Amino acid sequence: MSADFLYLVEVILNGLMAGVMYSLVALGFVLIFKASGIFNYAQGVMALFAALTLVGIQTGQVPFAHLINAIFGTNVHHFGWQVPTVLAIALTVGVMVLFAIIVERYILHHLVNQEPIILFMATIGLAYFMEGFGDIMWGSQIKTMDVGLPSGGSLWLEEYTQGWAAEGERYYGMYLDKLDMVASLVAIVLVVSLTIFSQYTTTGRALRAVADDHQAALSVGISLRTIWVIVWSIAGFVALVAGIMWGAKSGVQFSLSLIALKALPVLMLGGFTSIPGAIIGGLIIGVGEKLFEYAIGPLIGGATENWFAYVLALMFLVFRPQGLFGEKIIERV
Amino acid sequence: MFYRESGDFKKTYQKDSQTFPIKFDRMRYYFVLAVAFLVIPMFLTDYMANAVMIPFLVWAIAALGLNILVGYTGQLSLGTGGFMAVGAYATYKLMTAFPGMDMVTVILLSGLITAFVGAMFGLPSLRIKGFYLAVATLASQFFLVWLLNKVPWFYNNSASGQISAPEREMFGVIITGPHATPVAAYLFCLVFAVALAWLARNLTRGRLGRSWMAIRDMDIAAEIIGVNPLMAKLSAFAVSSFFIGIAGSLFFSVYLGAAEVTEAFGITVSFAVLFMIIIGGLGSIFGSFVGAAFMVLMPVLLKNVLVGGMGWPTDLAAHFEYIIVGGLIIIFLIVEPHGLAQMARVLKEKLRLWPFPH
Amino acid sequence: MTEPLQKMEAASKLLELKNIDLSFGGVKAISNISFDVMEGEVRAIIGPNGAGKSSMLNVINGFYHPQQGEIWFDGKQRRSMKPYQIAYQGISRTFQNIALFKGMSVLDNIMTGRFTHMRKNMLWQALWKGPAEQEEIENREFVEDIIDFLEIQAIRKTPVGRLPYGLQKRVELGRALAAQPKMLLLDEPMAGMNVEEKEDMCRFILDVNDTFGTTIVLIEHDMGVVMDIADRVVVLDYGRKIGDGTPDVVRNDQTVIDAYLGVSH
Ligand SMILES: Nc1ncnc2c1ncn2[C@@H]1O[C@H](COP(=O)(O)OP(=O)(O)O)[C@@H](O)[C@H]1O
Ligand SMILES: [Mg+2]
Repeated sequence: MSADFLYLVEVILNGLMAGVMYSLVALGFVLIFKASGIFNYAQGVMALFAALTLVGIQTGQVPFAHLINAIFGTNVHHFGWQVPTVLAIALTVGVMVLFAIIVERYILHHLVNQEPIILFMATIGLAYFMEGFGDIMWGSQIKTMDVGLPSGGSLWLEEYTQGWAAEGERYYGMYLDKLDMVASLVAIVLVVSLTIFSQYTTTGRALRAVADDHQAALSVGISLRTIWVIVWSIAGFVALVAGIMWGAKSGVQFSLSLIALKALPVLMLGGFTSIPGAIIGGLIIGVGEKLFEYAIGPLIGGATENWFAYVLALMFLVFRPQGLFGEKIIERV
Repeated sequence: MFYRESGDFKKTYQKDSQTFPIKFDRMRYYFVLAVAFLVIPMFLTDYMANAVMIPFLVWAIAALGLNILVGYTGQLSLGTGGFMAVGAYATYKLMTAFPGMDMVTVILLSGLITAFVGAMFGLPSLRIKGFYLAVATLASQFFLVWLLNKVPWFYNNSASGQISAPEREMFGVIITGPHATPVAAYLFCLVFAVALAWLARNLTRGRLGRSWMAIRDMDIAAEIIGVNPLMAKLSAFAVSSFFIGIAGSLFFSVYLGAAEVTEAFGITVSFAVLFMIIIGGLGSIFGSFVGAAFMVLMPVLLKNVLVGGMGWPTDLAAHFEYIIVGGLIIIFLIVEPHGLAQMARVLKEKLRLWPFPH
Repeated sequence: MTEPLQKMEAASKLLELKNIDLSFGGVKAISNISFDVMEGEVRAIIGPNGAGKSSMLNVINGFYHPQQGEIWFDGKQRRSMKPYQIAYQGISRTFQNIALFKGMSVLDNIMTGRFTHMRKNMLWQALWKGPAEQEEIENREFVEDIIDFLEIQAIRKTPVGRLPYGLQKRVELGRALAAQPKMLLLDEPMAGMNVEEKEDMCRFILDVNDTFGTTIVLIEHDMGVVMDIADRVVVLDYGRKIGDGTPDVVRNDQTVIDAYLGVSH
């Protein structure tokens, strides 16, 4: 095999793994959209908030330390204990459930029957609110996410593939990030378990029913409000997983919330209501943007990843407004 | 008691479609204009001009523009930052390429250039609707910022990647560059803000404005009545971008003086302007001004109270700003989607009937 | 019986549909339907729910594009056209489910109906003073006449969303009339109305037809109403035409009776 070809394979593999990460965030959007018709812009900030909370609990940070110090002139910061990772994750899940309840009670409940675009703007407000709130609660400095995930490139793979290049070519082996590989695995497990959940449990079936028809869901015997809390809790959990992966990759900081922006074109491509769409859309965009940057990027100044996904999704939508998996709808009057 | 409609009957349709049908409102409007043009310049400190009045006017113009698109035509756009950047860079290129061109021409041309770019990016709105379109407008945001950052021609190959406004005068007074007179710069922006508000008012009350609102409220019915959706949407994108381009142009040349595209025109700008129109009032010209005033004053106020008054660190105050803005957006969308402007209207309605409520 | 026939002989065909076929995916909404509409007549389309009546109107005003068939309007065969172009040809309509502009006042809704009659371009409008204002006032006068005609003066400035259903239907008729159409399509204009409101609406429809000579195609379920105001009736069932003629003929047609009283409906 020629080294060029191997590079290409490497780019594609990296793209696939990046795509999985995008899908992970997109998944949260799809869950909420299917169950409530809300395009939740705050999904990215939820990931940031979950990651902040996890790190904060784990390292024994005093919540609102900054604010307490400013008001009382004290100097508190840490409790001085470390919480085991598993317990910290469980507590964070609890916080996200609490968050879901608050969102349902104080926001969604008051916005039922509003136009989708109003709901969307409300979630932009929510995103801003949470961003400020998360920073006040846990501080805005960059934190490292240490939950025992591996990091760095896989040396084993590098050595194993070194000999693959043709004789005489300089090739140092394939570089894949171990964290990316783990993240891909986790994402796959998450998708499979969510699918099982929605297919084989009563709650799951109620969730799917509500996506099709609100009345039908009521007949399953679960109130709409409960369903919304459940959905937002699950989305919070997905956000936590995404927050852990992205946080471990690039630190827990403000920019984490911007992963939402990466997930949006995935949704445009895959459609807002389709879980397979989110996954395939994520993979297409992950591979597409890596390939584009690899092949065209150097010619036009690089950093094309900032917009490639959007332009791709845009062009795609202009020709197929219903997305990859949506059916063509003829409007009625 | 003197806020009265009675005795103020409209005898002609011309009178009936006036901007301020009630005499008291009309008088108050002239009063505000007089204060803005004559009184404020006399007392305006440099700090007030630079920190409050000029940004207020510039943002008000941007909010007017976005309101035409979102509030009147119902097309949610998150690309405001990118379009402001186009206005700013157009101004920079025009100012450096044609040093003799006067500022009014430069700014109007920048607006027209942005209008053209905006219309181009508005093309997908014909096929894509709702938040699919909102997300699509993000494409313009990211693409334009990337383009202006990557192509050195746009910033005349400057090493820092920054653009900075050369000095220009109007009527012998410097209004751009480091030596500008803040009061003159304020008046310059004021003229644009007033003229553009008048323009927005005219465009929204006639045939074109009705076609925008028709598209917003029920696009299919609008088309069946004879509104060409392409023309209505593209004209909204173009007019909106014209305003936003002028805002970007003034933001760069008069307010900032120097700018770097990723910092000055990022996505936060797009959101900030969106928040202005939600808080001020969707589909309201007055609301665009109110919202801009709110978004400019709130941080200044917070900073003075929390940092100046209570001695808190600045970053804490900044976080509170996020909480307050985010919280207010939610509250307004729940309680009064038509914003502060509508609240004022309701209050007026009550005042009109006072002291005899129904 | 004799009167409508005389009317038909004098007039010419304003609209002619030939062998129209329309389907959505696998669902056939209209199969091989032909009928015509004479200038100045009131033509009713009746049929059970889902028969394809609304789809028929949508074909006429260009919102749906039939897969087969010819449409002749005003002596010319229609090429493929967008709905807004058809509005300029003089067809306007109301909708089965009210499609008013919710955020606008009654006046603005009806003024929007004048869209095809206003020509001043964006630059004039930006200036307002002068030609644009002049045009606005002329059209406003026309609209005020419609408001008087429909007896809705009192609610002129009310946002349409706040009006009761019956009045909304009336405003929608006003908006369609504002276009001064050659042909007016009304999709169940009296559905959901009480007897009094229905009588008002009938009166308006007949008045429009009499005073302006506007050709009217209307869908209506109430057979009594149809018998009263229609000159001729088309009967649809499952997307096919099962009857066509004067109300009396149609009423006594066995196929029509079966369709209405038959097992499945
Ligand atoms: N836009 C559409 N998409 C899919 N099916 C449609 C559409 N419009 C109408 N139909 C179908 O065409 C048939 C006729 O509908 P319609 O014309 O509304 O009937 P009617 O007005 O006589 O009650 C129905 O089966 C309906 O489901
Ligand atoms: Mg129907």
